[in-house]
Amino acid sequence: MNKTSNPKAWWFVVPVLALVAFNAFIPLMTVVNYAFQETFGDNVFFWEGTTWFEQVLRSDRFHAALGRQLLFTGMILAIELPLGIAVALSMPRKGPWVSVCLVLMALPLLIPWNVVGAMWNIFALPDIGLLGHMLNSMGFDYNFTRQPVSAWMTTVVMDVWHWTSLIVLLCYAGLSSIPDAYYQAAHIDGASRWAVFRYIQLPKMKRVLTIAILLRFMDSFMIYTEPFVLTGGGPGNTTTFLSIDLVKIALGQFDLGPAAAMSLIYFLVVLLICWAFYTLMMRGEEQ
Amino acid sequence: MTHPRKWLVPSLYIVFLMLPIYGLLAMSFKTTNEILGGFSFFPQDFTLENYTVIFTDPTWYNGYINSIIYVVINTVISVSVALPAAYAFSRYRFLGDKHLFFWLLTNRMAPPAVFALPFFQLYSAIGLFDTHIAVALAHCLFNIPLAVWILEGFMSGVPKELDETAYLDGYPFWRFFIRIFIPTIAAGIGVAAFFCFMYSWVELLLAKTLTSVEAKPIAATMTRTASSSGYELGLLAAAGSLTIIPGAIVIYFVRNYIAKGFALGRV
Repeated sequence: MNKTSNPKAWWFVVPVLALVAFNAFIPLMTVVNYAFQETFGDNVFFWEGTTWFEQVLRSDRFHAALGRQLLFTGMILAIELPLGIAVALSMPRKGPWVSVCLVLMALPLLIPWNVVGAMWNIFALPDIGLLGHMLNSMGFDYNFTRQPVSAWMTTVVMDVWHWTSLIVLLCYAGLSSIPDAYYQAAHIDGASRWAVFRYIQLPKMKRVLTIAILLRFMDSFMIYTEPFVLTGGGPGNTTTFLSIDLVKIALGQFDLGPAAAMSLIYFLVVLLICWAFYTLMMRGEEQ
Repeated sequence: MTHPRKWLVPSLYIVFLMLPIYGLLAMSFKTTNEILGGFSFFPQDFTLENYTVIFTDPTWYNGYINSIIYVVINTVISVSVALPAAYAFSRYRFLGDKHLFFWLLTNRMAPPAVFALPFFQLYSAIGLFDTHIAVALAHCLFNIPLAVWILEGFMSGVPKELDETAYLDGYPFWRFFIRIFIPTIAAGIGVAAFFCFMYSWVELLLAKTLTSVEAKPIAATMTRTASSSGYELGLLAAAGSLTIIPGAIVIYFVRNYIAKGFALGRV
């Protein structure tokens, strides 16, 4: 759509700006304050320069948490994307079952995050939970509170359970915008199932898939509540992702300087990757 | 196109989604003794005791009321300020519009863990700590950008001729906006409200940080009770099961638009 130039349109944006700036700018400045200064309370600050940043960037603990975070985000994207596309492709297009499928699939998305954690905790308890009991009675040695591998698998499966529906719904929206005529033409041409997917369905899903990757990347990189309730970051530190580690440093040990520096680095990493995605998406949109 | 095997994938997927929910529901109808006594697929000793506790104890049911109050306030604020902004982004070019749009989105990307402590200090300083409005305002941080994004997508789908015709017919701008434009994008508003509701309802970290007694959300009541009075799994499961209901109700209302909404109105 070609837009008209109108400087007065700024007035339309003022309420949004005021509210978001109040919530974003003041807290961000507080974080910046703590990141460059040392405080012993009483609002007395000493300039520390970039000490905290160097400390965080050199610490093995931060590297380990960042590594776990990247591995986790990579794993859930690698599972959720293909699974979501597969489910969306095989969903019914019309009829009463569409609504039933959509409502049931969207259900996990509306459960409070700590309830998701608690639910999976109950589900996976080795002796009395449905999953834990089934796995153990099938002869697997499974205990997510003691074994790092079990804890990791449970966390990843929980995220797949929680968020794959988002990708299904997005892809479904993309697929339902394809006119029937495209499929009829493909049928007349004798196109294979793969060709239909590759040349008709995938291009139509490109936009929504970009949004899906963007949202899933952002949210999984910020994940806190679900793994915190499920495993508490354990056993040991094996499922301590960036947010969990950050809260441990800031509120557990009250090391505000390093925590603030880590916050800024963390935020910048998310911002940088999202900016790259966003630029790609907007470029795709202009074509 | 309707191959019988096609039903298999969505059906299996839905079974996978329902299993943990079933586990939670089943546990909420069991007595503590039965839960700790070992695994059973169906509740042997069916009891409603866990739900009775929740509906008679004010610390429990107030949690639900608090959550619903701040979620509704947040949804109303987010959608009403996002409406004019989304209109501006979809119709006009102005100084810095693209940068502003991206800046808004960056707030959706800010990890709540980063903001937990500064939010506590900020809202304590202005005397709003432990009020519903504090949580509602804090959730605006990520809900307003989302609402603007969704509404802008839906508004861009409305041809500009509508605005121009109304202008030629002599409608003043605000009357056009309220009488004609808003009804035209009613579906988009519904979807945006749904998403604000959803993200405010599921978020816990900020809601827990900004409240202590008066406005404590149900999700925080759950974590605290679980740790203070031992591990009452049945009660925890019942409270968890009840948090699924509001979500299920709002999904039902937007079921026909939900897929388009998740695509942010841009399909």
